[in-house]
Amino acid sequence: MNGIVAQWQYASQIMPSLLLGLKTTLSLFVLTLIGAIPLGIVVGLGRASRFKVVRQILGVYVWIMRGTPLLLQLIFVFYGLPIVHIVFQRYNAALFAFIINYAAYFAEIFRGGLQSIDPGQYESAKVLRLTYWQTVRKIILPQVMKIVLPSIGNEVINLVKDLSLVYVIGLGDLLRAGNVATARDVTLLPLVLVGIGYLLLTAILTFGQRKVEKHYSYYK
Amino acid sequence: MLALKAINKSYGKRLILKQLSLTVNDGEVLAIVGPSGAGKTTLLRCISGLEPIDSGEIDLNGQPFDPYRNQNQDSVIGVVFQDFQLFPNLNVLENITLAPILVLKQPAATAKAKARQLLSRLALADKERLYPYQLSGGQKQRVALARALAMRPQVLCYDEPTSALDPNLRQEVAKMILSLKADGMTQIVVTHDLAFAREIADAVKHVTAL
Ligand SMILES: Nc1ncnc2c1ncn2[C@@H]1O[C@H](COP(=O)(O)OP(=O)(O)O)[C@@H](O)[C@H]1O
Ligand SMILES: [Mg+2]
Repeated sequence: MNGIVAQWQYASQIMPSLLLGLKTTLSLFVLTLIGAIPLGIVVGLGRASRFKVVRQILGVYVWIMRGTPLLLQLIFVFYGLPIVHIVFQRYNAALFAFIINYAAYFAEIFRGGLQSIDPGQYESAKVLRLTYWQTVRKIILPQVMKIVLPSIGNEVINLVKDLSLVYVIGLGDLLRAGNVATARDVTLLPLVLVGIGYLLLTAILTFGQRKVEKHYSYYK
Repeated sequence: MLALKAINKSYGKRLILKQLSLTVNDGEVLAIVGPSGAGKTTLLRCISGLEPIDSGEIDLNGQPFDPYRNQNQDSVIGVVFQDFQLFPNLNVLENITLAPILVLKQPAATAKAKARQLLSRLALADKERLYPYQLSGGQKQRVALARALAMRPQVLCYDEPTSALDPNLRQEVAKMILSLKADGMTQIVVTHDLAFAREIADAVKHVTAL
């Protein structure tokens, strides 16, 4: 009995520092999505556009972002760029690296979605005299959203876990908070709590993903 | 009256339509008949403004008319595509009212009332809330027809209206076309079925692959 009480007491002692770490993880999560989703849509439109130069330049960007480890990109932005006098604060370095990395993945998903729309949809809209933007807004984007939702959802869930990589640039996120406590107090409990924290986050996101997919399931 | 005069159209180096001329009088049905690959769909795409013609002239009511560059909000040519191309994310009523509301600026209530008239005429009155995936081929075609008619086109074109349907629906399609003709609708029907063409058309235009 005593043991369990002691464990509870210890857990509540370290909880504030874990929650502080969670706050950093969550704020990076939200800001990364706010930056990377719109950027991904724009890059995706550009990757599907008829301008070859635009397609090629964006192709190189996507290739670099997806072809090198995210960990390398993070280290490059925080430890590498200062050598050429581009200095980010820790938090901003993490945010920047995550936005440009995730935007590249989102862009490929949106490009695939856009290209899977039957060209006949644009044509029947054109014969009905809808403008290009009316067509995109009322017909193309709703269909693209439905197509990309599962893939976007999976990336969003990956993001939560990938964010633990900010550990390497010394940012105090959820994982670091747990690791500091474990190293200091020689107990497994902080790491277990961190694991439970990630499980809760991904469970909530999976639930949200299902809800949104259901919202779009009224047609096929 | 719609008249095409000496139309030429190539894809790359390949000539598809050569010096093609035809006339459709108001209220008449013109059938365009020819084998697969003859350029029938290409011709409809030129008439409906989806493809530019290389040379020749298109006249509407005696005035030169360029469907490809026409920016006018009035709908001149309506099309029922071979595969219908309904919008899967919109229900039947929304498919029909989208363009009248956005393009013709009809109030939503007016557009809906007109769409419902069209639907009951086409025996689809109870289908307005369904989505395209819930409809049979024949029903999809009639929704595509209603969607085109809601824009009040001067000429209505069909690309192979019997090809995507059960053969026993052929008669239904013929009835539909003749009933619109009775209302004075000018129609162009592309088909490879000569017997069907003879049944519905005032005039038959033959095209062959070059
Ligand atoms: N976008 C295109 N680019 C190149 N060739 C085309 C294109 N569309 C059609 N064609 C060719 O033009 C010819 C006529 O096609 P089409 O008009 O579809 O014939 P039909 O409808 O009479 O079967 C075909 O040989 C086809 O391969
Ligand atoms: Mg054809």
